[in-house]
Amino acid sequence: MTKIVVDPITRIEGHLRIQAEVNGGTITDAWSSSTMFRGIESILKGRDPRDAWYFTQRICGVCTTVHSIASIRAVENALNITVPLNAELIRNLIIGTQLVQDHVIHFYHLHALDWVDVVSALKADPAKSAALAASLSDWPLNSPTYFKSVQDKVAAFVKKGRLGPFGNAYWGHPAYKLPPEANLMATAHYLEALDWQREVIKIHAILGSKNPHPQTFLVGGMAIPIDPNSQNALNADKIAEIGELLGKVKRFVEKVYIPDLLAVASFYKDWAGIGAGVGNYLSYGEYPLDNSGKPEKLWFPQGIILNRDLTKVHPIDQKKITESVAHSWYEGGSAGVHPYDGQTEPKYTGPKPPYDMIDTNGKYSWVKSPRYDGKPMEVGPLAVILVAYASGHAGAKGAVDMVLKKLGVGPEALFSTLGRTAARGIESLLVAEELPKWLDMLVANIKGGDLASHNGEKWDPASWPHEAAGFGWHNAPRGALGHWVRIRDQKIENYQAVVPTTWNASPRDEKGERGPYEAALVGTPLADPDKPLEILRTIHSFDPCLACAVHVVDPEGNAMVDVKVL
Amino acid sequence: MDYGDGKGKSRNSEQCFDVPRSLAERGITRRDFMKFCTAMSAALALPMSLVPRIAAALENDGRPSVIWLEFQSCTGDTEALLRAANPTIGEIVLDVLSIDYAETIMAAAGHQAEDARMKTVKEARGKYIAIVEGAVPMKDGGIYCCIGGRSALDIVREVCSGALATITVGTCASYGGLPAAAPNPTGAVGVKEAVPGATVVNLPGCPVNTDNLVATVVHFLTFGKLPAVDGKGRPLFAYGKRIHDNCERRPHFDAGQYVEVWGSEAHRNGHCLYKMGCKGPETFHNCPVQRYNEKTNWPVGSGHGCAGCSEPQFWDTMTPFYRRLPNVPGFGIETTADKIGAGLAVATAAAFAAHGVVSGLRHKDDESKDGKGGNQ
Repeated sequence: MTKIVVDPITRIEGHLRIQAEVNGGTITDAWSSSTMFRGIESILKGRDPRDAWYFTQRICGVCTTVHSIASIRAVENALNITVPLNAELIRNLIIGTQLVQDHVIHFYHLHALDWVDVVSALKADPAKSAALAASLSDWPLNSPTYFKSVQDKVAAFVKKGRLGPFGNAYWGHPAYKLPPEANLMATAHYLEALDWQREVIKIHAILGSKNPHPQTFLVGGMAIPIDPNSQNALNADKIAEIGELLGKVKRFVEKVYIPDLLAVASFYKDWAGIGAGVGNYLSYGEYPLDNSGKPEKLWFPQGIILNRDLTKVHPIDQKKITESVAHSWYEGGSAGVHPYDGQTEPKYTGPKPPYDMIDTNGKYSWVKSPRYDGKPMEVGPLAVILVAYASGHAGAKGAVDMVLKKLGVGPEALFSTLGRTAARGIESLLVAEELPKWLDMLVANIKGGDLASHNGEKWDPASWPHEAAGFGWHNAPRGALGHWVRIRDQKIENYQAVVPTTWNASPRDEKGERGPYEAALVGTPLADPDKPLEILRTIHSFDPCLACAVHVVDPEGNAMVDVKVL
Repeated sequence: MDYGDGKGKSRNSEQCFDVPRSLAERGITRRDFMKFCTAMSAALALPMSLVPRIAAALENDGRPSVIWLEFQSCTGDTEALLRAANPTIGEIVLDVLSIDYAETIMAAAGHQAEDARMKTVKEARGKYIAIVEGAVPMKDGGIYCCIGGRSALDIVREVCSGALATITVGTCASYGGLPAAAPNPTGAVGVKEAVPGATVVNLPGCPVNTDNLVATVVHFLTFGKLPAVDGKGRPLFAYGKRIHDNCERRPHFDAGQYVEVWGSEAHRNGHCLYKMGCKGPETFHNCPVQRYNEKTNWPVGSGHGCAGCSEPQFWDTMTPFYRRLPNVPGFGIETTADKIGAGLAVATAAAFAAHGVVSGLRHKDDESKDGKGGNQ
């Protein structure tokens, strides 16, 4: 038995450490530790609830809009504010653009290097790369000359002997299976995607000043005003520019991302049998199609799938969400408690740095262990797509069946590392194709004379009740995100975020049951325990975001009052 | 060029780097490159006559090694780097710098990643640039941020003390930022406080404006020294003027035309956001000119006030974000942050007193009102 440590896990947001036991070339047990803590929820205490979105946005700069969205929804829920339809649609445009851009960056810049050997691309025949690319899509940049130019760039870079961010990696590892021409194609698209993401995210700048960290959210609506006859508001010119960029979003996903995903996946079908994880999936649903706040008006449905049973989608009852600190560095008993009853001051009992190993029998992470009805849940694109698929969502059904058919695998292949990575592409495709429709809805509404962008009825804190509480849910790129807020005397009394990576990266709970990362690693083969590339594949398939995952709840932990469902 | 250690010329040949050839290899024309230099010159507020000098400096120099450290951060500054503004700037950054360690983008992981960093620290001692993102937690022996089993404090001291210079990106690395907001649960501080002996240039902002980062690096490569800074360690070329004085809505402020309701006619017509809590009058940053995402926009341009994110401790001094500043002193545009520092302190203190937002005061308020206490 060998014990291995991968710390830091790179190409993720934040600081993650994996310890694993390896027997006979296979992982037999694993522990996921987060090693960074900031305490943002303590910092929020006593502040103006209207400021909370700006604070929580800084939980994460990668998924830079998601905590703002969850936060304003939570405060609006607490204060019973209905936002104008225009604001809801602008939010959909921001959320959807964030999701697709984030997924593309994840696929090419954070995950691809687990499957693509950049150095092998040097051996490719550019003509073969061009032929391969042309067989997959009619993307204009499919010529041998183009791939030759990329290969020359990479060759010149490698020749300098200083590989910068590409240095010291697992190049030449036996688990890399792509032929050189596919490696060259993917490397070219790695570079193209860098340009693409920079370009399309200007949608956030147009609607919200900048990205990362757009500055346009308001409790009650959006700060960008709407007026076709003003140069200082959302007008026809800006709408046209957004429409143009949404076209670029859609074309890249359809003609580059999805074809690459299918091509790479076809060489790694064995990964459809690896990395399944806990087998329970939770999705909050997303993209309101009106401003009623009703779950049934969400374009992606919400629900839970248990034990990989796609025949039944269970409804979500937020009261069944609990967090355990049995193995997390916080004060408190080991039993799981609702976010509003949480314990919690940080109480570090790990080794004093510098250290080699963390004792995983005790507490071993800054991430808590969220559970639903006592069960660990996987959240993220796979959960979104499975819930939509099992709910009969037409788009999801069509896209999933297309991908399964092209790869020649059955639905059981979805429950895997490969399935997780494929689901991210499917979610991107569906959202990229839907985004222009939300822009059309916005235009139609403006055309009908509705210029409202903000509901100011409860902007003045003097109009608020003495006490209020609510929560906001959002399906972020990494999955189900919930913020819970309690307001008293116009100030935040308690704030709690239960975050996608907290669900996925959670350590064991009080019953000793593994979190999704840990469960997914068990059974993973390792070709070379000194170079555990396979660990990166499965962990990256979840798209970890550790800055999001680590937080602390209110030390008082008073009981929640009267929560309204958003 | 001499980096100041007297050994700049002795770099071995394989580290030599031919910028024009490399640019050609990357499909970047001479014209694109000169455009980039012009843009950088503009960002640096340098006269156009210096453009050839910047180009010459880059063409004659090797790529300096860069170690990009990330501690208590949200990775927003790394993301900002990915959005580098000029169309060719991302490529040029990859070409001008050798980024030997950057957790978010590097291919290597685990001990192989740590080895890459240690190699640069050892072999390029005194020559590499450290870029730091995120705050450093000092409390409880630094346990609130560990990488590879080592504390952030340990790593930042090792890396920054051996660096030729350290550039902090974002307000967290500069001054502690969000983790340092009251009650600062982890004892978070900025790099200069964690490593007092290091040579540090602060590029605050939430996140950093990448144009300012690239301009700082180019300034360094061009002149062989770091740009002049104000009393808060910020380069004057980017933080030398108040937002309020460069704001496109300033005429509305002067004319007394204010937004008072979100979505109102005044808001739709781009009137001044001062009454909606804009912190432009107390904030020094080049946002109105440099803007973000290829100069597409900036907060005031999209109808939301400035939050003051480039000022130290803005999380405590500039909040609540939607309360207007109690008074806006009428100092002129030639005034610098240093000169009016004392005046601002007074104004800020007045804001605290008026709104009860200074952390200590706030918590005392809470305790007295709620009858709770003793948990601070």
